[in-house]
Amino acid sequence: MTTTPQAVRRASPRTRRPATPAAPDPSDGLLPKSEPVRLLNPDGTPLPARDDYPEPPVEALREMYRRMVVGRRFDAQATALTKQGRLAVYPSSRGQEACQVGGVLALRDTDWVFPTYRESMALTARGIDPVEVLTLLRGDWHCGYDPTVVHTAPQCTPLATQCVHAAGLAYGESYQGRDTVALAFIGDGATSEGDFHEGVNFAAVFKAPVVYFVQNNKYAISVPLSRQTAAPSLAYKGVGYGVPSEQVDGNDPVAVLAVLNRAVAHARAGKGPYLVEAHTYRMEPHTNADDQTRYRDAEEVEAWRDRDPIARLEAYLRNRGVLDDAAVAAIAEEAEAYAAALRDRMNAQPEVDPLSLFDHVYAEPTPQLVEQREQVRAELAATRAEEGDA
Amino acid sequence: MATMTMAKALNAALADAMLDDERVVVFGEDVGQLGGVFRITDGLQARFGDKRCFDTPLAEAGIVGFAVGLAMSGLRPVVEMQFDAFAYPAFEQIASHVAKLRNRTRGALSVPIVIRVPYAGGIGGVEHHCDSSEAYYAHTPGLKVVTPATVEDAYSLLREAIDDPDPVVFMEPKKLYFSSAEAELPARTAPFGKAVVRRAGTDATLVAYGPAVPVALEAAEAAREEGWDLEVVDVRTIVPFDDATVTASVRKTGRCVVIQEAQGFAGVGAEIAARVQERCFHALHAPVLRVSGLDIPYPAPMLEHTHLPSVDRVLDTVARLQWDDQPDERWVAA
Repeated sequence: MTTTPQAVRRASPRTRRPATPAAPDPSDGLLPKSEPVRLLNPDGTPLPARDDYPEPPVEALREMYRRMVVGRRFDAQATALTKQGRLAVYPSSRGQEACQVGGVLALRDTDWVFPTYRESMALTARGIDPVEVLTLLRGDWHCGYDPTVVHTAPQCTPLATQCVHAAGLAYGESYQGRDTVALAFIGDGATSEGDFHEGVNFAAVFKAPVVYFVQNNKYAISVPLSRQTAAPSLAYKGVGYGVPSEQVDGNDPVAVLAVLNRAVAHARAGKGPYLVEAHTYRMEPHTNADDQTRYRDAEEVEAWRDRDPIARLEAYLRNRGVLDDAAVAAIAEEAEAYAAALRDRMNAQPEVDPLSLFDHVYAEPTPQLVEQREQVRAELAATRAEEGDA
Repeated sequence: MATMTMAKALNAALADAMLDDERVVVFGEDVGQLGGVFRITDGLQARFGDKRCFDTPLAEAGIVGFAVGLAMSGLRPVVEMQFDAFAYPAFEQIASHVAKLRNRTRGALSVPIVIRVPYAGGIGGVEHHCDSSEAYYAHTPGLKVVTPATVEDAYSLLREAIDDPDPVVFMEPKKLYFSSAEAELPARTAPFGKAVVRRAGTDATLVAYGPAVPVALEAAEAAREEGWDLEVVDVRTIVPFDDATVTASVRKTGRCVVIQEAQGFAGVGAEIAARVQERCFHALHAPVLRVSGLDIPYPAPMLEHTHLPSVDRVLDTVARLQWDDQPDERWVAA
C-alpha cells in the first residue's frame, strides 16, 4: 500500500481539475511501510542508507552484538536449567535476540519496560540480575526484582494487560513533568486481546509516551498468525487508533534499533505513542513443555536459521572493521562465564519461608491473615518438633 | 450539622481528598463535565481542572489498567465504574494486577487505587444495572471491599479508601445515594476493619451491610411489636472483616440472621454465617440463618421487590430462630 497524498490523485490529468491544495490525508504518517524496514541483508551486507531510519552509531551496534550473544547463551542456560529441574518452565526467545536486546537498548535506565513472560533475555540485557529474572520461573516467588529500582514491571503472564499499564505509567510520568518513555513488549497472539486495543487507544487519546513493540514470532503457542488477524500486518492496527506505526525485519538488528530509536524519540518528544511490529521467529517451542512438531515442520524452522540475527550483525560488524576474531572470542568467553555463574547460583536451593506467604498481601495484614499465619506457624513448629523427635 | 444526601457526602469526600492531596486524580466514564451519571463527581472538573478529573474512553479494563500505571508513577487514582455490571470487563485487571501487584513484588510495588462501584438494586433499573457484585471482589485476596450505609460513613470511608495504601473496591449502594441524614463534614467515623452496632438489642443480632442495613433497622423496629429486641450490626468493611464486633454481639444475643441483598449462594453472607457459627457455637440457641436475594439473575424492575430482602422476609426468618426449640419445618422434609 502506498500513501499517495490525495492532492496528487485529484490533480491527475484525466480529471483536468486544477491542482488545488487538498486537506492532508489523515492517515499520513500513521501507516507503516508496505514492506518491513530492513537495513541489512540476511548475509549482513548493508542495504542503502535511508533518511527516515538513520543507522545507529557503530558503538551501539557493537554493544547490541555483545548483549545478543550473552543473551542467547543465557537463554540456552535457562532451557538447560529446566532439564535439570531448576526451573519449573522456561519460554525461550532464541531467534528473537535482535528484538529482545533492541527493545531495551533503545531506552534510558529511567525509562520503563513492560515485559511479558518471554522477555527474560531482554531483562538480563537490561542489566537485571538473571537470578532475579528467573525467580518467577524457578518458583520461589513471583517477581524476583524490585520494579521500582530497575524501572521494569513484573513479567506479565495475562496477555496484553501490560499495554494499559504502560499507557497509565507513561501518562502519569508526563503528568508529573518527567520525560520517561514506557516500552511495552507484546507478542502477535496478544494483539487479539482487548487490552491491546484499550492500551493503544488510551495511550493515543492521552498522548502517552509509549512504544508498543510487537514481536510477531508467527505463533501463539501453536496458533499461527493467520488465526490472529486478517490485517495486512499487525502494524496496520495503529492507524485505527491514530498511532504512527512501522514494521521492521525483526531479525535485522540494525533496523530494529533504528526503528525503535525513532519510535522512542517520537514518544519522548511528546508526540504520543508509536507502534512497531517486528517480524521475527521463535526458534524454540513455546516453552520446554511444548511439542512444536505437532504444528510446524522442521523445514520451516530450518529456513529461519539462514536469517539468524546474531550471524547477520556479526558479519556486518566484521565488515565494518569493528569486530574481529579476538573480540568475538572474548564476547563468547564472557557469555560462557555469565552462563556458568548463573548455573552455579541456580544450583543453590533457594530458601523459602512459608510464613512469608502472609507478607505483602496488604500493607498491614488483616486480622484473618494474622490468625492464619499463627496457624501455619504452629503447624511448622509441630512438624519441626516431630522431626526433632524422630 | 446539615441535612445532606449520601451522594453529596461522597462528592465532598472526593473534593476534600483532591484538595488535600494533589496526587489524587479522578477519572472514568462521564465523570468530567457531566459529573457522573449519579452526579457523584459533580463540579470536580470545574473546580480542579480537566487534568485532575477527566473522562476516558469507554473501556473499563482500560480505566482500571490505566489506573494501575498511574499508581505506579506515584499518583492516587480514584476511578468510577459507571454501574456494577459494567465493571466486569475490568475484572482481569482487578483480579490479576490490582489485587496482586503488592504480593507479586514482595511489597516493592503497591497500587493504591480506589475503584468506585455503584451497586445493587431497588431503583427500578433495567438489566445489567443492579448487580450486587461484592462477593467477586471479597473473594479476591489483596483487595479491600468497603460499603457504606450511612451518609457520614460514605464520606469517612471514601476518604480512608483514598488514603489507604492498598487498593479498595468502594461499593456504593445506589438506592441509598439520595437518602439523606444530618451530617457534619468532614466526618471521621470508625476506621476500616470496624463493624458498628447501629441498634442495640438483646434477643438476636441482624448482621447487614450496604443497602441491607436500612432493611435490618426497619425490621428491628417492626420486631418490637413481636416482642423481639434486635441488635443490628453494620459490617461497613467486608474486607477487612471485623469478626470481633460481630461475634461479641452474637455471643450476647445468642441468635443471628445475616442479611444481604446479593444472591445468597456462596455469597458474603454465607461467609459471615460460617464465621459466626465457628466462633459462637456454644453461645448459639439457633442456627445462623440468612436472608438474601434469590439465586437468580437480577430480575426485571417490575419483579425486583420479590427478589430483594424485605422487612417481612427478615421478620419471618427471625421467627425461625428456635424460639420454641422445635425443628425448623423448612428443613424437616429435607
